[in-house]
Amino acid sequence: MTTAVGQSVSRKDGIGKATGATKYADDLHFPGMLFGRTIRSTIPCGRVKSIRMDFDTSGFTIVDYRDIPHRNVVALIDEDQPYLVETEVRHMAEAIVLLAHEDREKLLGANVVIEYEEAEPVFDPERSPHSFKDITIEKGDVEDALASAEIVVEGTYRTGHQEHVYIETNGVIAVPEHGGIALYGSLQCPFYAYKALRSVLGNDHPLRVIQTETGGGFGGKEEYPSMIAGHAALLAVKSGRPVKIIYDRVEDMVATTKRHPSIVRHRTGLTREGRLVAMDVDVILDGGAYSTLSAVVLSRGCIHAAGPYRCDNVKIFGRAMFTNTPPNGAFRGFGAPQTEFAMEVHMERIAEQLGMDSLTLREMNALRPGDMTATSQVLKQDASALECLQEAVRRTDYRRKREELKGTNRGIGLALFYHGAGFTGAGEQRLASKARLDLTATGARIMVASTEIGQGTRTMHAQIVSDALGVPYETIEVAQPDTSVVADSGPTVASRTCMVVGKILERCALEMKERLEGMTPAQYHAKHGAFSIVKEHIQPEWMRWDDDNYQGDAYATYAWGCDVAEVEIDRDTYEVRPVKVTAVQEFGRPIHPALAMGQIEGGTVQGLGYALLEHVVMKNGAMANPTLTNYTIPTTLDTPELDIVMLENHYDGGPFGAKGLGELPMDGPAPAVVNAIRHLGLDLRDIPAIPETLIACASL
Amino acid sequence: MHDPDAPDHDDAPSGLTRRNFLTRAGAAGIAGVAASIPLAAALAEGVPEATDAAPDIPGTVPIALRVNGATLRMRIDPRATLLDTLRESVHLTGTKKGCDHGQCGACTVHVNGERVNSCLRLALMHEGDDITTIEGIGSPDALHPMQAAFVAHDGYQCGYCTSGQIMSAVALMKEPCGPRDSDVKELMSGNICRCGAYPNIVAAIQDVRGNSPMRQG
Repeated sequence: MTTAVGQSVSRKDGIGKATGATKYADDLHFPGMLFGRTIRSTIPCGRVKSIRMDFDTSGFTIVDYRDIPHRNVVALIDEDQPYLVETEVRHMAEAIVLLAHEDREKLLGANVVIEYEEAEPVFDPERSPHSFKDITIEKGDVEDALASAEIVVEGTYRTGHQEHVYIETNGVIAVPEHGGIALYGSLQCPFYAYKALRSVLGNDHPLRVIQTETGGGFGGKEEYPSMIAGHAALLAVKSGRPVKIIYDRVEDMVATTKRHPSIVRHRTGLTREGRLVAMDVDVILDGGAYSTLSAVVLSRGCIHAAGPYRCDNVKIFGRAMFTNTPPNGAFRGFGAPQTEFAMEVHMERIAEQLGMDSLTLREMNALRPGDMTATSQVLKQDASALECLQEAVRRTDYRRKREELKGTNRGIGLALFYHGAGFTGAGEQRLASKARLDLTATGARIMVASTEIGQGTRTMHAQIVSDALGVPYETIEVAQPDTSVVADSGPTVASRTCMVVGKILERCALEMKERLEGMTPAQYHAKHGAFSIVKEHIQPEWMRWDDDNYQGDAYATYAWGCDVAEVEIDRDTYEVRPVKVTAVQEFGRPIHPALAMGQIEGGTVQGLGYALLEHVVMKNGAMANPTLTNYTIPTTLDTPELDIVMLENHYDGGPFGAKGLGELPMDGPAPAVVNAIRHLGLDLRDIPAIPETLIACASL
Repeated sequence: MHDPDAPDHDDAPSGLTRRNFLTRAGAAGIAGVAASIPLAAALAEGVPEATDAAPDIPGTVPIALRVNGATLRMRIDPRATLLDTLRESVHLTGTKKGCDHGQCGACTVHVNGERVNSCLRLALMHEGDDITTIEGIGSPDALHPMQAAFVAHDGYQCGYCTSGQIMSAVALMKEPCGPRDSDVKELMSGNICRCGAYPNIVAAIQDVRGNSPMRQG
């Protein structure tokens, strides 16, 4: 029986957010608190020759790399990024010196003079001498199949940076406590920050990380907070006082991570009827100056690069290249929006070259249950590409509309896509996430590190526990993530919080229910007192993954989607306005329909911004338009009518049949919009589709 | 307004840009007041010269601000923005700083019933005005109808732009605005929501206005 799951119950965070009572990082104040500031490089490549404090330093705390008690490395995957530059500068806005003072006016007035010896930077990923990571996925024999294919279609597709623009900028407060540090911050992954702080501060001191309410993340607060957390902690350790660092909007846009720009080349062999026989895909991501998460972004991007299509001969070769630009990092979709954009625009071009309807082409090749993906994963019954496609076509009367709009200023386009849920391959097994559920005097309390960042973690987890335990939703509390008390349920990323962590919580609740032996939590608590249940993720026993050859079950399951975009062009200015987007998405089942709808609407809007508006201008290795006046993101006026359809196809391994949803909606809008622009007669292969780009297409 | 050729770095050579001028201005506001007026006292009407005991920070000036119906006396840097004064001196943190450039709308408050971006106003210019923040329109126990509608329609996700959205929406109720969703969207286009909760925000506002949301155009 479910009473909470499947209902749009009242959200746990609603009242606080609507009344302004909810406290975010910058709303917190600690006695004796100092403010921190980061002095950053003003060259993209070179060496620091000298540093001089050109101000009265009394009352200041000043930190450089020599003050680091343990390791000057931001612990992540490859550990190549320093907290503070020692001598080598690899990108603009790289942190060199940290200052703290109690008076912000004095702090901002401090002038640090840094002399550099400049070197020649690399900005073009195609000319970079260094790759952070190469990935090859190979199935069948591509060259052979291409040689014998009846038709071969080639194309190159490019996507630009995208800036997260969470409305709350990055911010943390490091507070000295019991001889160690308590770090409060706006972040997605408390245990990432914890591990990073251990690396910079060492193991001798107590340490805890507390997530404050977080004003948006979208991946931008996955790994970057480890950097700012380390900076604040270093200042707090040296001064012995709480230190708050809040980036302003310009600093946040210039210095922090963005979505990786991409260049994707396709060479595709087909039969005359349109059956895919060979797919050769080359993926280049611009990683920026340090590896950060580029290797895993590339991994997800490559795995999704052949799109939701079946083909016996596939070769995908991907590289994440070094450039002298601020490191790129996690952003909702994590590499898949880039490669799926290329695939879906390429499919439209293939259909044109074959002289066939692109719907028929997609229908013929779409992955069905029992089919094999590029990594040779055999799909189970919960593969819904065809259902999404057919529903989107039916609902929009696509074929008729496509005919009707020909020759007008309106175009209609479509994209079919999918998104693997959870960490890739054996990632979830290695992560071995834990969840804990505590019995309370009135119900139960969820003790996990999964963060609420607006997507509804608290509410959705409480719904799952409520129904599995058989107690009212209102009696389930959710602890604010604090690494000293909650279980390490892993990072809040990769569309895993509902499907993976939610499932562990469901198992905790079921075991708790058994222990209660028919009593209510209140009755049991009165009689025997509190107890806790801790459970660990169990990898589905059927999953096999070969990390060396990138073959096997890349994800436990996939969510599926088909977006249809209708756009209007101004033929004088080349401005394109979205008129309507229909998004048909299957993600198992919605735990909270209104929240799920919000994820799809919000992801679609971000995807429309990615497609049409969001243009990061890089000059000399730094973002040259770091304000919301000239880096424009969608307002309510840029948001067209959205018709959202949620299809259900339950996944047995998820809580109550749910899969991951957060990232899926980001994958479809850009190719759907560009295919709609193609319908207008413009051979566009790059985003963002700003007027300058479109005029260039028109004059070809 | 912003020259893309001249990135506005914090560590750029000295010289006051508009942005760091305002940021610096905010800082002194805190120094001038935070130490002297506890929040509860500050919120009580007619605190007798509460700033008398405060150290006379050079460059600060006395000001009496009327916020959510209470008159508050304090010393601030004359360059302090209304936003920084509300957050740092009055300790009302429901009003958020999203960009500090008047571009995002997160800092929207009411001045004499009209909505303004508080990051673009100097606090000193608003002596004698009626200033209303999100804390002044309702409370968890007594929500304003617009707050209740935002909760009911899920008109928020991360919540950071929400107080600005709600303050804009409440002011919109008294502005000339047509009945359609597109009319509401036009008047709400100064408040950015990166989570993209726009359809639900429009639905919440239309609900309070008594129009059934069409979820289109």
